[in-house]
Amino acid sequence: MAFFLQNVINALQWGSFYALIALGYSMVYSILMLFNFTHGDIFMTGTYIGFGVATALVALATALSWSMPGWLLLVLTIIIAMFLTSILGVVVERVGYRPLREAPRASAAITGLMIGIMLEYGNLAILGTQRYNFPSIIETVTYDVGGVFFTNKKILIVGVALLLMIALHQFIHKTRWGMAMRAMSYDFQVVPLMGVSLNVIAPMTFAIGSALAAAGGILYGMAYPVLDPFMGILLGWKSFVAAILGGRGSILGAALAGFLLGFIEIFTAMVFPSTFRDLIAYSIILLILTFRPYGFFGQAHSAQLRL
Amino acid sequence: MATQIPQTSTSEHASAGFLPRIGRSLAVVPALGWLIGVLCAVIIEYVIGDTLAVMLYLPKVPALFGTTLVLKEPLLFPSALLFVLLVYALPIGAVARMSAGWTNRAAVALERVPIWLSVLVHLGLLYAVLHVWTEASDYRLQVAKLIMIAVMLTLSINVINGYMGEFSCSHPGFMALGAYASSVFTLLLFKQDRLFGAALLPESLGPYFFPIALVIGGAAAALGALVVAIPSFRTRGDYLAIISLAFMFIVKSAIENIEPIGGPRGMGGQPHWSTLPAVFAGMAICIWIINNFVRSTMGKALNAVRDNEIAADAMTVNTRRTKMVAFMFGAFWAGVAGGFYAHEVRHVTPGSFGIQMLAEVLAMVYFGGLNSVVGSIVGAVSISMISEILKPLQLYKWIIIPLILILVMIFRPTGLVAFRDFDIKRILGARR
Repeated sequence: MAFFLQNVINALQWGSFYALIALGYSMVYSILMLFNFTHGDIFMTGTYIGFGVATALVALATALSWSMPGWLLLVLTIIIAMFLTSILGVVVERVGYRPLREAPRASAAITGLMIGIMLEYGNLAILGTQRYNFPSIIETVTYDVGGVFFTNKKILIVGVALLLMIALHQFIHKTRWGMAMRAMSYDFQVVPLMGVSLNVIAPMTFAIGSALAAAGGILYGMAYPVLDPFMGILLGWKSFVAAILGGRGSILGAALAGFLLGFIEIFTAMVFPSTFRDLIAYSIILLILTFRPYGFFGQAHSAQLRL
Repeated sequence: MATQIPQTSTSEHASAGFLPRIGRSLAVVPALGWLIGVLCAVIIEYVIGDTLAVMLYLPKVPALFGTTLVLKEPLLFPSALLFVLLVYALPIGAVARMSAGWTNRAAVALERVPIWLSVLVHLGLLYAVLHVWTEASDYRLQVAKLIMIAVMLTLSINVINGYMGEFSCSHPGFMALGAYASSVFTLLLFKQDRLFGAALLPESLGPYFFPIALVIGGAAAALGALVVAIPSFRTRGDYLAIISLAFMFIVKSAIENIEPIGGPRGMGGQPHWSTLPAVFAGMAICIWIINNFVRSTMGKALNAVRDNEIAADAMTVNTRRTKMVAFMFGAFWAGVAGGFYAHEVRHVTPGSFGIQMLAEVLAMVYFGGLNSVVGSIVGAVSISMISEILKPLQLYKWIIIPLILILVMIFRPTGLVAFRDFDIKRILGARR
């Protein structure tokens, strides 16, 4: 039982990363009906930005000999990194997606993919091949409850992830901007006629998605401190699959499917040798999608698909 | 034959510079003339290339038109340029232009014989060009072969992404299936090998069985395609993208877990059967069959399904069957390309058939142009060439290539030569 609970905690942590990244895919998909293949690399860049911000803040605190508490440092890092990464998201939308809004959607997917590659190798060109370690912002405290071990970081990660998701949900359902986004996802060709500009909503979607990815990246950096320019590829594509599994354009679905993917992966590794993880995880996803083609919460889109 | 240069207007003619005038005078050269010109150039390079390289202070004959060399040592730019001018540009232009009279007459004569004969003559010339050109170095030979394999792969994905209009991400997976299936076949039967033990048949028989190995590879990929197609063609839209992506991960992960075929370490020691003639023949046959496929009733039905599935259904197109067949057809050729690839690089690992390869293949097909055989050839050749040429820049290469592709996508969203028929008669015809 303790072993099982232990894995539940691990799966929750692992699933939060997927969920936070999947939200970005899902939001962009729901508005523009296209896959933002840059998103995994935006996550990577967000992690690096978070790393830079955290390192700078730690250095600043030491230079001015403040004793900044760990939680404040973390909150500041997350907020600043989210802001900076959302700017990156807006730039990606402006450069890679807006010129192609009338083009076949696949072309936009290709530009996204290519911007992602540029981010990876640009990072490699600027920072070199050496690996950086994410600074340990808060002290790790390990708790032991009836044989189940968990650290304060794990709780923090799951907590912050859930908090961000609830905030996003509130934003989308309670504010006028959120209403505009929901309307846009309903039909992005007619809603602009009602006075909501796609040129405002689309960058905003990218900004929010990127900000969430950055938050996910910082949390990821706390759990797995070694940074790598290519870390966004696998995580990004897997979260993409999770976003689809949740139902295209469904925020709740993306979050749930992210956690589900985390659970599948952790528990497969628990039962089978860990090399079978991807094989079994994707086979399960293939099965689910065979019987529920639109994912958990998606509905069949009636919009005319361009190519 | 008297060749008349069409003169549009006097003022334009007067203002035309040196280059446009050359361009206009070369417009009368038929494909046959160009091939003969290039053949002369590569023969010249074969004969005097080494001497000329020494005279121009080049370390050796530049492998890819001096581009790689110039990127490594910019100071050699004048020498490399001179070499390319003397060996390629001048002879090709001169021979092509001067022979234009009789090559046009020959092209007219070839228009009267059955088209396959004319195609065979041109292909023979093209092969001769490649053969002489690749004599210079093993590096060139490998580049040429990998480019031809890339052409096959790009064509096969164009059937799905271009003609069918779905977004398939599983081509690396199909290629892996083809590569592994054909490798298992050849290693099992013809090669003493650490995975499967002694050969069952003498190795000298092997090359005759290579086509069978390739077909087995293609069939394995087509079977894999069936696994993707059955669940994904129940609905329209982006569904295939996800299923095929999952399939790619499944194939990669499955191969990594099957220890008898090498697991994550991969599988090596395939016999080197992907010789230049074999790959060339494979590519020619692939282009021929795929071109026939997309111009057949099936291909037209496929385009109809892409443009409006409901309307196609109303017009008696069996949409589900059409999509399935096309998808398996595309996968088959990806598998064949994988078989060639395995017998060229002679060591395949599951890790090489991943996201990186997917990005390259997608770059090729979207750069060249959707829904176009010519586009696929252009895309595969140019992206492979650019990729080889930029190698000295190391990781900046992966900043430049995406940049090129983004620009192409922004200015020509469907690729350079999209939606164009591959009209072999027009290409080979005389320029009168």
